[in-house]
Amino acid sequence: MLDTNKTWDLLVVGGGNAALCAALMAREAGCSVMLLEGAPKPFRGGNSRHTRNLRCMHEEPQDILTGTYPEEEYWQDLLKVTGGLTSEHLARITLKHTSMCRPWMYKHGVRFQPPLGGTLHLSRTNAFFLGGGKALMNAYYHSAEQLGIAIHYEAKITDLEIDGDSFKSATFTYEGAEHKVRAKAVVIACGGFQANLEWLEEAWGPAAKNFLVRGTPYNRGDVLKVLLAKGAKQISDAMQGHCVAIDARSPKYDGGIITRVDAVSLGIVVNKHAQRFYDEGEDFWPKRYAIWGRLVAGQPDQIGYSIIDAKAMGKFMPPVYPPIRAKTLRELATKLEINPDALEKTVAEFNAAVRPGTFDHTIQDDCVTEGITPAKTHWALKLDTPPYFGYPLRPGITFTYLGVTVDDKSRMILQDDKPCKNIFAAGEIMAGNVLGKGYLAGIGMSIGTTFGRIAGEEAAKYVRG
Amino acid sequence: MFAAEDKAMTLDELIEDAQRVLRICNACRYCEGYCSVFPALARRLEFTENDVLYLGNLCHNCGSCLYACQFSPPHEFQVNFPKLMAKARGETYRRYAWPGFLGKLYENNGVAVSLISALSIGLLFWLAGAISNPEQFFAAHSDAQGSFYALMPHNLMAGVFGAVSLFVGFALLMGFLRFWPYMGEELADFFKGGPLAEGLHDALTLKNLGGGSDKEGCTYPTEQKSFARKIYHHFTFYGFMLCFAATSVATLYHYVLGQPAPYPVTSLPVLLGIVGGIGLLIGPAGLLWIKTQRDPEFKVPEQTGMDAGFLVLLFMISLTGLGLLAFREGASMGTWLAIHLGFVLALFLTMPYGKFVHGMYRLAALVRYHLERRRPVPGIAPE
Ligand SMILES: Cc1cc2nc3c(=O)[nH]c(=O)nc-3n(C[C@H](O)[C@H](O)[C@H](O)COP(=O)(O)OP(=O)(O)OC[C@H]3O[C@@H](n4cnc5c(N)ncnc54)[C@H](O)[C@@H]3O)c2cc1C
Ligand code: HEM
Ligand code: SF4
Ligand code: SF4
Repeated sequence: MLDTNKTWDLLVVGGGNAALCAALMAREAGCSVMLLEGAPKPFRGGNSRHTRNLRCMHEEPQDILTGTYPEEEYWQDLLKVTGGLTSEHLARITLKHTSMCRPWMYKHGVRFQPPLGGTLHLSRTNAFFLGGGKALMNAYYHSAEQLGIAIHYEAKITDLEIDGDSFKSATFTYEGAEHKVRAKAVVIACGGFQANLEWLEEAWGPAAKNFLVRGTPYNRGDVLKVLLAKGAKQISDAMQGHCVAIDARSPKYDGGIITRVDAVSLGIVVNKHAQRFYDEGEDFWPKRYAIWGRLVAGQPDQIGYSIIDAKAMGKFMPPVYPPIRAKTLRELATKLEINPDALEKTVAEFNAAVRPGTFDHTIQDDCVTEGITPAKTHWALKLDTPPYFGYPLRPGITFTYLGVTVDDKSRMILQDDKPCKNIFAAGEIMAGNVLGKGYLAGIGMSIGTTFGRIAGEEAAKYVRG
Repeated sequence: MFAAEDKAMTLDELIEDAQRVLRICNACRYCEGYCSVFPALARRLEFTENDVLYLGNLCHNCGSCLYACQFSPPHEFQVNFPKLMAKARGETYRRYAWPGFLGKLYENNGVAVSLISALSIGLLFWLAGAISNPEQFFAAHSDAQGSFYALMPHNLMAGVFGAVSLFVGFALLMGFLRFWPYMGEELADFFKGGPLAEGLHDALTLKNLGGGSDKEGCTYPTEQKSFARKIYHHFTFYGFMLCFAATSVATLYHYVLGQPAPYPVTSLPVLLGIVGGIGLLIGPAGLLWIKTQRDPEFKVPEQTGMDAGFLVLLFMISLTGLGLLAFREGASMGTWLAIHLGFVLALFLTMPYGKFVHGMYRLAALVRYHLERRRPVPGIAPE
């Protein structure tokens, strides 16, 4: 039963990982909590339901985590990918938090498993959820129901009443009507704005029309817009985000993890004019996949084609869509609808530039090209063994970093640099504080879990004194 | 490529849809920690029809991977892995039935099993009627040894059940002998010590119904983990085995010791029968009960009859067996005997054409899993 007559202790906006962490913490501290999730129940859990792991600091081996991943190494990794666009204070809070949050997750039903096949390189740094992110979200929702958190689906927040530094009430649509709910504090955890293509277009121009959204279609940034309009201090900008190259045949939204194509480093990538445009073998794919979204976004019509020959088949995680396959490069070009002469020429030039070496895809080998631009600096083998295979690629946006600034209590900061009294933000909507640029696998959940839990705890402290 | 599908499928549609879903799972692999199916599928890049049937029989229908799937309906990818695997099992049972034309019995298995049960019971009454007169049939019997055989001569009974058992054993063996090579395995490999022992271990402990790496039970009948299914299956399986042992011991008593049934309540065959029979009441009743509680997304309507038929049959065998024990000195003994033997005959007759075969194909799949586990997988670049 929807109860909007009473004033709740805490209102949680959103229904992903950050939202549930906040709701559970506040409820455990004795608050009455209402949680409004914009998505229908089967699609609850936002992007979090697509995740698979959490990047965890640990000073010694822990159950499923091998070796150690000390704070300093984690911090250096983060510093490197963000190029310094991070708040060291908030980042270090996050890293430390990940070393101690798992028993709490376990208590709420989250289970972990050893790294998945093909991801052994993450066995030291990342804790994998048994069954993935949807299993994690199911566990949190179940726990929330048991604890008596009032949960409503298809309840979309449209406006917030904010008086100076204080939240008063929220307006939302539910079952075809508009409602208003009052609460003593609010946690905003409704994600980035990546599913809002018009907003992306404002930043990226018409190219954004060709972007695919890897996760939930419900993170449209409506509440983010309201907050920015009502005095929140912005963090990051609309061009920043996590963007990878995924199969162009994927659905517009919600294709999730399976749409990735891991063949790039084993062949060449050309644009619609059949020209190569970047070093495919710059580094191991796990270290490079996150730049290819932007690279493809920069090509005409935002499309690219990963092309391999029979030698590479079977050496990478099988993508969900079968490759386009042909006996000759000409035929492949025709099937991919690119110019056959141009493709043949590109491949001939590439093959001629390949130097002899010892191919080994498990190390940065010595197979390189010479005399072409861009060069391929590892794993360069001639494309000469039919059949040839092609995967069309498009930019796939994971999530955006533009958000609101927060302090170490997860309180939203206003444009005058003062924190709000009772407005907290967690998850994607404030990820830009820690992650101003680039990406580290598993850090999205680290940020959401850390600041979700802090937000819930601090909100409870504020409400209950 | 991604079509929603929720009607009875033709074989081609089933295989095609399974291949589509297996590709999705192989690109995802989030469920790898739940059971043996996902590590097995991750060894492959492409999925042939025999892979589909193999994986189908490896799946224990625990449900975890449907609850955990971010692509389950109403998502447009329509991934309902347990349901597809159940359909693949159905196809296996039908295809490997021997003689082949009797595979048709799977099309309406509930009806078939019920009819065969009714006919078997009828046959037993007719036999008893032909052999004894109404006074004898409805008379109270002393617990003297041999009282059953006054109504049902031992040689006749042994003859009928012996012949049926031989046929059934042969039919089951034929199913196995065709399924095993179909999966691409050599017959001799089935008997390799390690994999066979591990397969048996997994079968006898129902490891794959124990939950994944967390070992907290499976998501059956609801999303909250429970050992209910595993426990009720253990009651059923071990109850069945004890009943089987009871019959075997009784046969020894008869032929080796020259003691015909009935035996005293404290004798080994009766004790085994009582314990087994109670297991075979609790088990099927429990399985039937939790089945009614299961989330409807898992239902495969065309298999409800097969599942229910088998459960009811097992339950009735046990119920009537215990009834026979309780009333063997009363006037109703003849009736209990005829009904009990009727149900037993029906179970035997339908063994190769009902749900019973699942044990055999599952064991084959489990052994194969452990064989395969020992073989190298082609190396994949760090993803
Ligand atoms: C395919 C994919 C794989 C990923 N894998 C990983 C991984 O393995 N590890 C990792 O760390 N990160 C991963 N990420 C990133 C990760 O998903 C996010 O960083 C993280 O889930 C963010 O959590 P959140 O709670 O902030 O947002 P979400 O989980 O997206 O939750 C936002 C919620 O707000 C709701 N909402 C939106 N607008 C409104 C509104 N107006 N009113 C009410 N509710 C609203 C949405 O319905 C949604 O439930 C992945 C992302 C994708 C897309
Ligand atoms: C190799 C041995 C066996 C294994 C590995 C095994 C495994 C399983 C599994 C995994 C299920 C649930 C999935 C499904 O519905 O198909 C099941 C169902 C069942 N099994 Fe077995 N089984 C074995 C032998 C037996 C035997 C010998 C009996 C009894 C005669 C039996 C009785 C049942 C029954 C009654 C069900 C139906 C439960 C239902 O429909 O809910 N099993 N078995
Ligand atoms: S069932 Fe769903 S979550 Fe599990 S492996 Fe398959 S696609 Fe992934
Ligand atoms: S055993 Fe369970 S987790 Fe494994 S495939 Fe079958 S239903 Fe899914």
